[in-house]
Amino acid sequence: MSLTFESLMEDSEERGLPLWRVILENEIDNFGGSEESVRSAMKSRLKIMSESVKKAATQALPTVGNLISGSAKRAEEYREKGNTLSGELINKVMTAALSCSEVNAAMGRICACPTAGSCGIVPAVIITLGEERDIPEDKLVEALILLSGLGAVVVENATVAGAEGGCQAECGVAAAMAAAGAVYLAGGDDNTCLSAFTIALVNVMGLVCDPIAGLVQIPCAQRNASQAVNALISADLALGGMTIPVTPDEAVAAMYAVGKSLPRELRETALGGIAATESARHIEKSIFG
Amino acid sequence: MPISIFDVTGPVMIGPSSSHTAGAARLGRMAALIAGGSFFKVDFLLHGSFARTYRGHGTDFALVAGVLGMREDDENLPRSFEIAKDRGLEFSFGVIDIPGAGENTALIRFYMDGGKIREIVGSSLGGGRICIIRVDGIETELYCDNPTLFAVHRDRPGMLSRITSEVASSGINIAVLRCTRKEKGNLAYTIIEADDEIPSSVSGTLEKIPGIVSVILISPGGK
Repeated sequence: MSLTFESLMEDSEERGLPLWRVILENEIDNFGGSEESVRSAMKSRLKIMSESVKKAATQALPTVGNLISGSAKRAEEYREKGNTLSGELINKVMTAALSCSEVNAAMGRICACPTAGSCGIVPAVIITLGEERDIPEDKLVEALILLSGLGAVVVENATVAGAEGGCQAECGVAAAMAAAGAVYLAGGDDNTCLSAFTIALVNVMGLVCDPIAGLVQIPCAQRNASQAVNALISADLALGGMTIPVTPDEAVAAMYAVGKSLPRELRETALGGIAATESARHIEKSIFG
Repeated sequence: MPISIFDVTGPVMIGPSSSHTAGAARLGRMAALIAGGSFFKVDFLLHGSFARTYRGHGTDFALVAGVLGMREDDENLPRSFEIAKDRGLEFSFGVIDIPGAGENTALIRFYMDGGKIREIVGSSLGGGRICIIRVDGIETELYCDNPTLFAVHRDRPGMLSRITSEVASSGINIAVLRCTRKEKGNLAYTIIEADDEIPSSVSGTLEKIPGIVSVILISPGGK
């Protein structure tokens, strides 16, 4: 049987198990190990994530061309002044996402989720909520198991590669995964997690992948910050009772179809979008000659 | 094929790109393993997107780190050029067009201490996964994500059964079996992917069999 959101939910209902546990048991059935070993492997990823959300918030890291060096530190200093427009939590989440993007661009250690280019979104949401709400580590690990299982459905049926599906497939899917994880941490049920997933993906439908000079910096860092916020607000919309008359399987299929219909210029080739602007070309020339 | 949750949340790696950095490091490491033994110089010839974008993604640092044996999450990866110099390893980069190869492909040429030259071509497939597609001019298909045995042997009757029976006698189940050769009666490759780690005694025994040139065991390492 193919892996879909529908099949996962059917499995969950038939066996009377929460979605995260169905995903955990599928993992053990397919790849071996035990609940303890899967939890422990996920915990080690959580640790890498907690390092990468902090590292660039206190020190600027050098990146090729230094296009985003210092962006996380500046965002952190701004938040600390306590006069942000969108509030503490949103600014914390954005700083955390920017830090991961900067660590990644500076050739530091990150955990891809689902890709390296989108590695800031899930950690920013899960770790920041964990800190803000004092959530035990075990529950954070369960959220990661859940959202990774949802990401696997996208990998199975569509793509998470910017070169294939645009930014919607990378940062968009990361936002959808993070939204589902956020709902889980807030105590929402599985259907609400899937609504949040779908809403986040709908919000980002069509976003192109257009990195300046082909570097994983601009607009990747900005998109990590904004998609982390997309995850949070999508989770709130779902927790507030918003449902959407589109199934998550349909939303993923739609995202994939949109991705395939994007011209090559808008799929990680640095030939279109903001990468093709005069300013971007100038930056490209100054770095690579 | 089912997808592991750790292929979605993972790999843990040095940035910035799973295909251009993590995959490149893995490609370098697996190529060095297959080259087998020590070498003093390596040429990296890059094809496709690797050739166009390697400088912005640290593909060059990652490839050198890989042939030095570093893993894709080793924080020393960005310092690989210095480390190579300290160890007396020479390296060079160039561009090549390999017809039909995937976007992120490299030909890695090892100058072995004994004087032999070994040429390994591999592609980065995305998400840190790789495939070795050619070894010394002979097509192959080595993904290195399962425990793998790679045997180079003479192309003559009975070789395959000797190899498989040796693996079977160690109690290992064969998941995938591939055989390739360039021309009849010359060299052939047999690749066995297994469910569990293949004990080193298997390669030791096989290497004593006349007609077997070399046997390399590849362990994908922990997730």
